[in-house]
Amino acid sequence: MYENIHTAVVVSEVTKRFRKHNGLFHLRKREGAAPSTVVAVDRISFQVERGEIFGILGPNGSGKSTLVRLIATLLLPDSGRITVFGHDVVREEMAVRRLINRVSVEASFFKKLSAMENLLYGARLYGLDGRQARERALHILTRLGLKRDEVFQPMEEMSRGMQQKVAIARAFLTQPILLLLDEPTTGLDPRSKREVQAFVRELRDSHDATILLTTHDMQEADVLCDRIAIIDDGRIVALDTLGALKARVGRANGHEVTLEDVFMELTGKKLQVEEEE
Amino acid sequence: MAEKPQATGDSPFTTRDPRSAIRDPRCALTRTLRASYAFVERNFNLVRRYWGWEAVWLAYSIATTLSITYIGAGMEAISGVQVDTNYLILYLLIGTMVWRFLAIIFDNISEMIAWERWEGTIEYTLMAPITRFTHMMGQTAFAVAYSLLFTLVILGVVVLFFQLDLSGANLWGATVMLLAGSLSFIGLGILASVLPLLFPERGAQMTNVLQAVFLLISGVYYPVEVLPAWMQALARVSPATFVLEGMRAAILRGAPTSSLWPYLWPALLAGVVSIPLGLTVFHQAERYAKQTGKLKRDG
Repeated sequence: MYENIHTAVVVSEVTKRFRKHNGLFHLRKREGAAPSTVVAVDRISFQVERGEIFGILGPNGSGKSTLVRLIATLLLPDSGRITVFGHDVVREEMAVRRLINRVSVEASFFKKLSAMENLLYGARLYGLDGRQARERALHILTRLGLKRDEVFQPMEEMSRGMQQKVAIARAFLTQPILLLLDEPTTGLDPRSKREVQAFVRELRDSHDATILLTTHDMQEADVLCDRIAIIDDGRIVALDTLGALKARVGRANGHEVTLEDVFMELTGKKLQVEEEE
Repeated sequence: MAEKPQATGDSPFTTRDPRSAIRDPRCALTRTLRASYAFVERNFNLVRRYWGWEAVWLAYSIATTLSITYIGAGMEAISGVQVDTNYLILYLLIGTMVWRFLAIIFDNISEMIAWERWEGTIEYTLMAPITRFTHMMGQTAFAVAYSLLFTLVILGVVVLFFQLDLSGANLWGATVMLLAGSLSFIGLGILASVLPLLFPERGAQMTNVLQAVFLLISGVYYPVEVLPAWMQALARVSPATFVLEGMRAAILRGAPTSSLWPYLWPALLAGVVSIPLGLTVFHQAERYAKQTGKLKRDG
């Protein structure tokens, strides 16, 4: 059904604002002041081609996670339109949900449940039968390096790096054709980060999936992404391949241009590496 | 430029593609049942993993049930007047057991959003390709089964402490009343689950307040006639009032099932109205939460 669709995601002039809470009963309102709003995503447009790893790079609070939530049907846009393989995320949210899965910065697991139990829950939600789900989950988890007894241990006993790999595996268990990775390596140690990055790459190479990845880690964007959109204050300030983005800056201070140089050149800011957006 | 990590080994993700099955409309019913079962299995696993908490909760429930029932046993000693102790014990036992059953159903459904917020899984669950009806069906099936089992275990322990005379009781009629009551509390639970969705920090406490009001006005431990007139009017809005009156009629007076209709129909009506109403309100609340960003874990 989707074989002939070559554009995975189309985001057209999308805006999302949030109202700021000003304390009990919104006192500002009584004083006659207009309620304050934050524009998290400001008239953003871009397309993601099928099979790409498309990076969204930006500092904390730039609107990356909001954008992912909009695509994932977890937020409604105030204006503009988003389609996933031709399906509108607002009007056809169920069709979109069948095609996507998302991994968020915090591994969203039932921490007392084992990896197997969490994966089974996810698989059943997406309509897989128990036997098939169990076989596939066991295959995936042992492929990830979990010993058989670890598969049945509570998630809270795993390292964060392993939890994040299990989260990505859970997403792929349902075979999404669009995978949304929202800062999947934030807070991981360098080794775990590289393992997760290698895992993402492997999955893309072996599976017909488009990956949209948000990060504030430029090395990660550099390693994984085919194209990168740089986002700041809810707006895209540049969108191109890695090489083309670097070419905009030229050589900087005698060293090879990095994405950090590109980001600073385009926004006048540094990317801040913090745990939470 | 950083080196690209290389894919290694055989991938488990290249096996038979289940997407065709997932997206085949002919499989809709199977998908719905599987997805509903996901909640039953998940909740069962959570109960198993939190067994220590379950044991504490069970012990607490048995102790409170016994404490309340002993009030009936001690009434003659308290008042100095001769009373039908067996009747009083049964009166209070019915109240506490029925309330326990309905309250567990209400808790399991109304707090499903609060639990998912606490675990951090709310966005994962709410972006799954299932309808809210499917979601509630699974949650409800587990809630009723769990509540029934939990209540039966308490009852099994409590009856060891008292010599109960159930020779004249219409137990079949009482069961029918209980099932009708569970329908209405499913609907009320769905309605109450909206509160944690809309109020991430205070919603769970609001459902407790709601439950306490039902406990007060529904005649759980006393006839509603002892309440002030305005509270008696409120009691007629609570389906628990009718369930309790019907249960007491069946067990204490041995009323035949056919005569329970005046208690049965209000409880059924409450269920028939509150379940679709609850689903509609939940749908609207979910939409509002998506507009305002309240689905996010930390609110």
